[in-house]
Amino acid sequence: MAILKKPSVDAVLVGFGWTGAIMGIELTAAGLNVLALERGEARDTAPDFAYPRITDELSYGIRGKLFQNLAKETVTVRHMTADVAVPYRQLGSFLPGDGVGGAGVHWNGQNWRALPDDLRIRSRTIERYGAKFIPEGMQLQDWGVSYEELEPHFDQFEKICGMSGKAGNLQGKLQAGGNPFEGPRVNEFPLPPMAALNSALLFDKAARSLGLHPFAQASANASRAYTNPHGAQLGPCNFCGFCERFGCYNYAKASPQTTLLPTLMKRPNFELRTRAHVIRVNLAADGKRATGVTYIDAQGNEIEQPADLVVLCAYQFHNVRLLLLSNIGKKYDPATATGVVGRNYAYQMLGGASLFFDKNQPMNPFVGAGASGSVVDDFDGDNFDHGPLGFVGGASISCINTGGRPIQQTSLPTGTPNWGAGWKRGIKDNYLYTAGVSAQGSVMAHRGNYLDLDPTYKDIYGQPLLRMTFDWKPNEFAMTQFTVGKAVEIAKAMGPRELKVNLRKPGDHYDLRAYQSTHNTGGAPMGTDPETSAVNRYLQSWDVPNVFVMGASAFPQNFGYNPTGMVTALAYWSAAAIRSRYLKSPGALA
Amino acid sequence: MSWLKLLAVAALPLVVFAQDAGQPISQNASQTTDQTSNQSSNQSADQITQQKARQAAAAAFYAPPPASAGSTQHGVIAEPALIVPAGDTLLEKGRYLARAGDCISCHTRPGGAPFAGGLSLKTPFGTIVSTNITPHKTQGIGNYTEEDFVRLMRHGKSEDGQNIYPAMPYANFARLSDGDLQALYAYFMKGVPAAAQTNATTNLPWPFSVRALVSVWNRLYVPTAPYAPEPTQSAEWNRGAYLVQGLGHCGACHTPRSVTGAEKASTEKGGKLFLSGAIIDGWYAQPLRKLSSWSNQDIVDYLQTGRSRHTAAFGAMAEVVGNSTQHMTTPDLTAVAVYLKSLEPTPLDASSASSTSTTSSTFTTAAAITTTTTATTVTATALRTGDTRTAGALIYLNNCSACHQSSGQGVQRTFPSLAQSTTVAAQDATSLIRIVLQGAAMPSTTAAPSALAMPGFDWRLSDANVADVLTFVRNSWGNQAAAVNAQSVAKVRSDLATSKAQK
Repeated sequence: MAILKKPSVDAVLVGFGWTGAIMGIELTAAGLNVLALERGEARDTAPDFAYPRITDELSYGIRGKLFQNLAKETVTVRHMTADVAVPYRQLGSFLPGDGVGGAGVHWNGQNWRALPDDLRIRSRTIERYGAKFIPEGMQLQDWGVSYEELEPHFDQFEKICGMSGKAGNLQGKLQAGGNPFEGPRVNEFPLPPMAALNSALLFDKAARSLGLHPFAQASANASRAYTNPHGAQLGPCNFCGFCERFGCYNYAKASPQTTLLPTLMKRPNFELRTRAHVIRVNLAADGKRATGVTYIDAQGNEIEQPADLVVLCAYQFHNVRLLLLSNIGKKYDPATATGVVGRNYAYQMLGGASLFFDKNQPMNPFVGAGASGSVVDDFDGDNFDHGPLGFVGGASISCINTGGRPIQQTSLPTGTPNWGAGWKRGIKDNYLYTAGVSAQGSVMAHRGNYLDLDPTYKDIYGQPLLRMTFDWKPNEFAMTQFTVGKAVEIAKAMGPRELKVNLRKPGDHYDLRAYQSTHNTGGAPMGTDPETSAVNRYLQSWDVPNVFVMGASAFPQNFGYNPTGMVTALAYWSAAAIRSRYLKSPGALA
Repeated sequence: MSWLKLLAVAALPLVVFAQDAGQPISQNASQTTDQTSNQSSNQSADQITQQKARQAAAAAFYAPPPASAGSTQHGVIAEPALIVPAGDTLLEKGRYLARAGDCISCHTRPGGAPFAGGLSLKTPFGTIVSTNITPHKTQGIGNYTEEDFVRLMRHGKSEDGQNIYPAMPYANFARLSDGDLQALYAYFMKGVPAAAQTNATTNLPWPFSVRALVSVWNRLYVPTAPYAPEPTQSAEWNRGAYLVQGLGHCGACHTPRSVTGAEKASTEKGGKLFLSGAIIDGWYAQPLRKLSSWSNQDIVDYLQTGRSRHTAAFGAMAEVVGNSTQHMTTPDLTAVAVYLKSLEPTPLDASSASSTSTTSSTFTTAAAITTTTTATTVTATALRTGDTRTAGALIYLNNCSACHQSSGQGVQRTFPSLAQSTTVAAQDATSLIRIVLQGAAMPSTTAAPSALAMPGFDWRLSDANVADVLTFVRNSWGNQAAAVNAQSVAKVRSDLATSKAQK
């Protein structure tokens, strides 16, 4: 394996999905020479997501053409420290992306601003319920950044995406049709909400009848043609129902490719190298400064890439793993709950109901979009009184029809055979008349849920795999019991003929086999205390100040929303701090 | 090409040379060599397509570069940075003019250094390889004096006095002012990095290998004086005429050519065949003479961004926008618009206009909109209600409607309108067939960076499918154009396969 050294750059980005593209566009605008290293392939709407080949459920949905190849690298998983972890060999629970655009290619476009209270969840919980309300083992942490500070950056990303929605709180004034629980926004959404499907209309009506506050989900699938501030264009979504697991052929779903790369790729001070797999961040002898990164190229050469600034923009798992492999930051020790890298791994707990209607209520599920539906936030965050309930967190409850794909998106009433004539009859009778209501629940950080390096299993380059130690905790069972209960109340009010409930109960363990969400968070949490956070409130490593770590790895715990809105706002927030302060005086920002 | 055919073609210039070069050569005269005599006024679009393709094959000398020249991003070649610091106004002016002339497109081979030549241009006379025009002393034009350079640009003679082939549009560049040539010279001497790339030899078959013959051609077709302003017209119109006829060399693609390879008219004074549309390199370059429905702003938008509210640039034009016109100033592009809009439609264009409404204005007149409203509604309603009885309608729904919509109107600036589109309803369906088979992409420009693309359907649709869907599109939403048949689709498909194999 040849070892080569490349000329130095001002900034190297490790990974080229959403955060890589945001950092690329912001740092090149500041005049830096920026190099992005992406381990996967180059991809663009044309030809890679072209119609109709992209709408192939078998290739993309089942065989995961856009996902990480687990045969090259994966994570190992166990439920508790005493267990032996085994590799995640078949895609199931979560679907990390691969290639240019990362998971920003195959997401649904469900883009949320965090609730203001969720960003100071520890302080808020203590203020409202007292310190004793926080259960033993729960490592509840404030984020160290406020909603007000992030507001301009949420706004920035919404304008990049052509977000389609209706404000619920415009400069402090509540607006009909929007989410009354959201933080105040300075501007209305750039585009009006997506058209509502029958299922969403029924949900909206049912929720209102129960005194709740439903609203049209904001969507990063454009409801109209849109030109963003960079001049990049989106086409209008046509409800084809192929968002999740697929690239968008219609230029309608916001992705790095549709929104940022057309501009970024033209900049002379930007370079992208694909099939460049970074194996570590290199540190100076004192361990306090990064000198660049080392990667393996497509030919198997080991390349040293010097850089003044290193920004980890890979998926949550990979960012944490690179920190561990590079000895940046103190490793988390679950025995003492000290150390920061690997700390506070969290996920989400989903539940809900499948609804089967009579034939006077066609739902036409093949008309779908990744983010088009109706949502209630009444039982999310701290929007309701947790006092008598005894748990922390909540769930957004929604009726969203992302599509009606034949293999993965059919739902059948209890008792329908799984094969044969009975199954076929079940599909025929029910396909057009099904809908779903789901509760996307938060997962709080727990002392026993964490990430470290696996002692046994290695990737194809011989480096240890990341090991996940994770299982559901009592707080989350209580949360899901309550929020799924609320979801079922709404579902019943929608008037289905039949209803099938999906609810996790105490005693259930985390099961990797079924898809739940690719909302893996934590492992390099942000915060204001170096004892409990790996990066400061600007996503800058406490220990190596010329290393910044983007992504959901910075989440101190997870909330009841999809993470992309928070991930991208944090990237813009971090980029703004780098541009306005760090570049003038490189060093610790906090 | 067999010897017999070669001799026949070789003899042609002699016939045409006898005519007065000052007069446009009539349509009929040029067609006598390759056209069947049973042409009737009611011929189908397919017959016309085939006939024009034959004409073009026999006549086109100029060949636009293939779509992947240079180190490109979405068809746009990365220019070298100015090697002399900004602020040198002569150099800046020269760079601007070099862009307006789109020198880079032909003088850069795929992946090669900008302006270092090496791109093969297929012409009916043989393959011509573009040359190195960087200031390299031995491989490029580094030893040219300004006088040599002017002689090259105006008379088509290289430093050693040899004729170059008129694939280089010096017949257009002969109209450039002394000041502009001076700026271009400065740019190519000082603003472009020298590249040591060796020139490939162009070996045309006899008799075209006899470069002396080109002298005769030059006497016939190359203007002897720079552009002289038309005193009756505005300064803006004159600027537009200067750009269109000179550096822009728009006629190279958009004006039909005679068998000698010369444009049938090189200025508006030369007659209505000037910019009346032509087949070139497997594309139908649209007439630029019936732009009454385009506002000046539409034309500026189109040239600056590769898209307008009506349509989008595709094929070779996408590259022209990407490498050339996007860099031009708004006043210059407005001048181009003013000039083009002053050109009267040719009778030939009128017959190929998209709708039967009494005006050739297909977009903006209220009358046109009123007459087509009913037709538009009928098709849109049929598609929305799943009525696919019309042949091609189901193919349209399954392949086209996601972007172009059941209304056929697409989405402004994003997905081109098919309803009342001049491209869709063009008499010659070559471009249309090619777009469906191959796909097309808008150029990525500074002002509009998204290279929005349509995928090719050649792998999915049969010749009959393509013919059906195009016939449907050409007769829906108020469009009324001749049917497309499967044979024409097969022909374009096979031409594309041949050209791919040659590459």
